[in-house]
Amino acid sequence: MAECRGLGHSVQRKEDARFIRGQGRYIDDVKLPGMLYLDIARSPYAHAKITRIHEETAMAVDGVAAVITGKTLEGFKLAWMPTLMSDQQMVLPVDTVKYQAQEVAAIVATSRYAAADGAAALEVDYDPLPVVVDPHEALKPGATKVRDDKDSNHIFHWEHGDADGTEAALAGCDTVVEQKMHLPRIHVASIETCGCVASWNPVEGHLTLYLTTQAPHAIRTVVALVTAHLGLAEHKIRVISPDIGGGFGGKVPVYPGYVLATAASVVTGKPVKWIEDRSENLQADSFARDYHITAKLGSKKGKVTALKLDTVADHGYSDAAANPSKFPAGLYHIATGSYDLANAHVSVDGVYTNKPPGGIAYRCSFRVTEAVHAIERMVDLLARENGEDPADFRLRNFIKPEQFPYQSALGWEYDSGNYGAALEKAMDMIGYQDLRAEQAEKRARGELMGIGISSFTEIVGAGPSKTFDILGIKMFDSAEIRIHPTGKAIARFGTKSQGQGHETTYAQIIAEELGIPPEDIQVEEGDTDTAPYGLGTYASRSTPTAGAAASIASRKIREKGRKIAAHLLEADEADLVWEQGKFYVKGSPDRAKTIQDIAFAAYTNHPQGLEAGLEAISYYDPPNLTFPFGSYICCVDIDRGTGQVKIRRFVAVDDCGVRINPMIVDGQIHGGLTMGIAPALLEEISYDADGNITGGNFMEYLVPTAMETPHWELGETVTPSPHHPIGAKGVGESATVGAPPAVVNAVVDALWHLGVRHMEIPMTPARVWDVLNEHGAAATR
Amino acid sequence: MSSHQISVTINGEEHTREVEARLLLVHFIREELGLTGTHIGCDTTSCGACTVLLNGVPAKSCTVFAVAADGAEVTTVEGLGNGGLHPVQQGFTEKHGLQCGFCTPGMMLTSKALLEENPDPSEAEIRWGISGNLCRCTGYVNIVRAVQRASELMKENSDG
Repeated sequence: MAECRGLGHSVQRKEDARFIRGQGRYIDDVKLPGMLYLDIARSPYAHAKITRIHEETAMAVDGVAAVITGKTLEGFKLAWMPTLMSDQQMVLPVDTVKYQAQEVAAIVATSRYAAADGAAALEVDYDPLPVVVDPHEALKPGATKVRDDKDSNHIFHWEHGDADGTEAALAGCDTVVEQKMHLPRIHVASIETCGCVASWNPVEGHLTLYLTTQAPHAIRTVVALVTAHLGLAEHKIRVISPDIGGGFGGKVPVYPGYVLATAASVVTGKPVKWIEDRSENLQADSFARDYHITAKLGSKKGKVTALKLDTVADHGYSDAAANPSKFPAGLYHIATGSYDLANAHVSVDGVYTNKPPGGIAYRCSFRVTEAVHAIERMVDLLARENGEDPADFRLRNFIKPEQFPYQSALGWEYDSGNYGAALEKAMDMIGYQDLRAEQAEKRARGELMGIGISSFTEIVGAGPSKTFDILGIKMFDSAEIRIHPTGKAIARFGTKSQGQGHETTYAQIIAEELGIPPEDIQVEEGDTDTAPYGLGTYASRSTPTAGAAASIASRKIREKGRKIAAHLLEADEADLVWEQGKFYVKGSPDRAKTIQDIAFAAYTNHPQGLEAGLEAISYYDPPNLTFPFGSYICCVDIDRGTGQVKIRRFVAVDDCGVRINPMIVDGQIHGGLTMGIAPALLEEISYDADGNITGGNFMEYLVPTAMETPHWELGETVTPSPHHPIGAKGVGESATVGAPPAVVNAVVDALWHLGVRHMEIPMTPARVWDVLNEHGAAATR
Repeated sequence: MSSHQISVTINGEEHTREVEARLLLVHFIREELGLTGTHIGCDTTSCGACTVLLNGVPAKSCTVFAVAADGAEVTTVEGLGNGGLHPVQQGFTEKHGLQCGFCTPGMMLTSKALLEENPDPSEAEIRWGISGNLCRCTGYVNIVRAVQRASELMKENSDG
């Protein structure tokens, strides 16, 4: 029989056929009869009282059909909506705006241009209020209070680990390094922005929502809960997530625009489309990071012993981070990283400021990037303080292969790992010792070259239902597989691809399990009317959860297939042997029935006492998270005249367990690395003291082009996850998480002899030049 | 708002329409003609998702008025490959030069123009050539390989 091309094959992607012909169907391609367009008028102030909205100024514009304000929504009890972190955020303000670019009113019109005209024409009277943008200032007594409904700007204090034990251990260390670092606000900037088309059918009381969402089922439930008092019910809400032009976490939250389009459709009785501009996307949608970290790491006789992280987290005006509900700081407590470290304590204080809400959306499993940045910077510093090469120091202090499953000081059970193998491979690939020799020569000539390492451990695949839920909904995910009489299949999932290639990789998992070739398997996601319930795609959870569900559902089908094969072969079930794609009678390989034979019989000749049909569903609740890891080495050259950091080489050795489609895995790593160097070198959403955004469009928010992006050099090791059905771990975010500290460590390494011990990010030419200048190393004519 | 009659030849077919003076070419293509393969990714002419070929030259159609394209020949992704696949489409598929597919039409049209001007570009020339088109998914390595593959295919086609 033909090879089924399951695991380990670089099968070309099924989804590409439509994408390369321009036949993808993205949100802005959805066009319904009679559809109206919605645009949003936004606040020019970061904090202000709205004294009056002159709705008539927008209504006077040709084509404008309606203006929706906070007062309109208040009448429907929809002016506020809950966040996933038990906070609330405004859909539209009733009286006060809390950040620049906040939604103030929605204008509904007969065309896109008329809606924009209406938004531009709308006059609003404001009384500006004092602004607080710095979270440290916001915590001081007497600071401007951001939220009228709260006592202070302090949202929460969260801590984990043994505080006293860690202090004692640090006191007993012979070497302790301390460093403050800020991971600034960044934005995913998927090339497609967010949007929706809401279509309310008043006769049937049915709402169809086409939505750029990574989590269609969860969104449907949230919509049902938020609108129940208006008579909407979950069975009358259909969320369709069409092709998505990149998500990276930015398409997990519920944005006010979605609610507004829905409200506008209900009010007008017509379908309503809202598509945000790039500038709106950068200025108002969920951000990531904005963690101010004070880190301490100590060693005793060269052995890493204790870690302490104290953190101020800037959440903007609402805690709207899309974390699992029990984790206000996400999975930040993976911060002990790849190191065998007995004592650790981490704390986070969440703070309100006059900035947009959000908190974790940037290709990362809930604050893992912040944790990895902290530990990988600190390990580098500690290695130097011990007088040891950072590579040697890491190799000595890694958790050893025989220690897995490993219980971390902060309570995680790491599933599997071989950290030394990954680092040694990366060192070998880049020629580490030769680079060190070259660096010494260059340094003697006054040239600036640096080598930086990051040996990260991730924690992905949320998650086990005993701890992971979103608003109480457990974080399982699902696969439903139906085998048709001719042996072809359709498989539907609770996740939603945004470019990861699920249509191909899920088909390969089923191919591996059942022997049906991938081209005979149609994979569908994103329609809540047809797909089984699942929590969606983010935090690298699709392969660990829904991918596992595909395996388990396939195995259920195989077990039913065994009964059918026994019937067809007139043999005992126990005497049948499964070989990919067929059952045969033990000792008689010629007496066999293929999965296609079995499928046909399931509908035409099924045994007495067995139901017809061949299908199965699995809601997979993972027993643990998965812990992908890797070692990255970055080599940079720094221009002393301009401060420009040039990445000369970047070697990335990733271990994501068993690889389903190596081509797709490499593609995920390429993209992740590029989103890793971006915040290290280029990207920041910044604000001035008045809360004016200074990085709110693509001319100021610098996404890497092909020119800034180096040629990535990839390597791999394979350490299967012992608890995942096919040993896979997930890979979509590893590189984004692991890359930034490699770049920072390389730049600090290049400048170490000048006395530089730390660099904040992004390491723009201006910032680097300032540091060079302070240390007398900037080139002058 | 003044309106004007324009005729634009898109993918070999002439379209005559009455349009507002301010209508952008990208909206003319997407909304008036229903060719939704051309995408919009920003509002500052930075991302290149809306790239089309205007008289054979890559142009960001979000920054061209439809009236300015009166009498012009425009190629969009729908016009690539006569029935089959253009070598650029073939290259992007074979080398995994796309993930979410949103930047892909613009990226392929830029690549096509690049290869027509320079049939055998170096990696540096490809990177420079596509630097007006942003991709957030691929990290560009496989796009470079896709363009190199397209270059090979175009040479094979012209040799054959």
